[in-house]
Amino acid sequence: MINLKKILLGLPRWPKRYGYLIAATIAFFTLLNIAAFKSMSRSVQPSFSKRDSVMSKKAFLQVYKVLMSPRCMNCHPAGDIPLQGDDSHLHLQGVKRGPDGTGLYALKCSNCHQTHNLPGLHMPPGNPKWRLPPANMKMVFQGRTPHQLALQLLDKKKNGGKSIKALIDHVTKDSLVLGGWTPADGLSKPPLSHKEFVNAFNEWINHGAISPDPERK
Amino acid sequence: MPVTDNNYSLYINHKKLSVDVPPDMPLLWVIRDIIGLTGTKFGCGMAQCGACTIHLDGEAVRSCVTPVSRAFDKQIITIEGLSADGSHPLQQAWAEVNVPQCGYCQAGQIMSAAVLLRENAEPTEQDIDDAMSGNICRCGTYLRIRKAIHLAAAIQRSGVRQL
Repeated sequence: MINLKKILLGLPRWPKRYGYLIAATIAFFTLLNIAAFKSMSRSVQPSFSKRDSVMSKKAFLQVYKVLMSPRCMNCHPAGDIPLQGDDSHLHLQGVKRGPDGTGLYALKCSNCHQTHNLPGLHMPPGNPKWRLPPANMKMVFQGRTPHQLALQLLDKKKNGGKSIKALIDHVTKDSLVLGGWTPADGLSKPPLSHKEFVNAFNEWINHGAISPDPERK
Repeated sequence: MPVTDNNYSLYINHKKLSVDVPPDMPLLWVIRDIIGLTGTKFGCGMAQCGACTIHLDGEAVRSCVTPVSRAFDKQIITIEGLSADGSHPLQQAWAEVNVPQCGYCQAGQIMSAAVLLRENAEPTEQDIDDAMSGNICRCGTYLRIRKAIHLAAAIQRSGVRQL
């Protein structure tokens, strides 16, 4: 068993007060570390089971590839017009977001989009929840860097008020998210399977929910 | 509500009708081919042109891609049911401005415009664009459509029915 006091006091040629000074310094920085970690935990709320910034950032870059795929990004446009197709062109028919994300006037999403995909090329894809984010919280993906998107996802003021747990539930279970992996005829799936996506998302969170560096594109 | 597997009650233009159709049959087929209301037109069959627009519980739904099963227990209004006597402000304005050329798309245009006027009594040019840009007219009657919508809005606001 290591006796710290004995070691410190027993150091040759060191005055006794140095031992107390070192012990106090170690205690101070330990407390500071705990306080900083607790503060971060309060703001982000993940369960940092294996905090590792390298792993966390690497996992998010996988998540990012999915979020920026047309199946996700097309309904998270930078403007108020949804995107369409694998080339993410502006939605034809002049469709717009509207205040609640369900369109405007005669051009509401569910006027054409049913609760399910319709068979055939260029037929409207469908989902019971088909819509954009609302105008007061647009949750834009298009044009966001990994750094920006990671921070946005963690910010309750920008992510639809979701806690970390709610975010994980959203990507794991939400039928609108799952719909991305059953696209309509002629449309591609996201680059990872849903299972791989959820695993990467959980890895990102569990390793600390660290956002990639700002310069990373 | 379903009576048998394929026998359903629909409420079309304020009347209850019973139809025996598969649940995934497009509502447009039921309206035109089963019930015989042919004012609503088939255009593209993929919700891209707006010719088939009808109201389903008040919304301007594209009936060519809407399965009939979605319409159960909902109110369906077609161009024939927009008003009993052609006195809807849009119908008056359409006649006054003489909007149609070939006329094929006009039922859909009017049904879309009706939703606009219900939700916005005094639409701006931008509002008209936002509501009507999904309805295509091969004859290019867009300027007259725009003029007629403004006129219909004025008629609606004045509360005067001319017929």
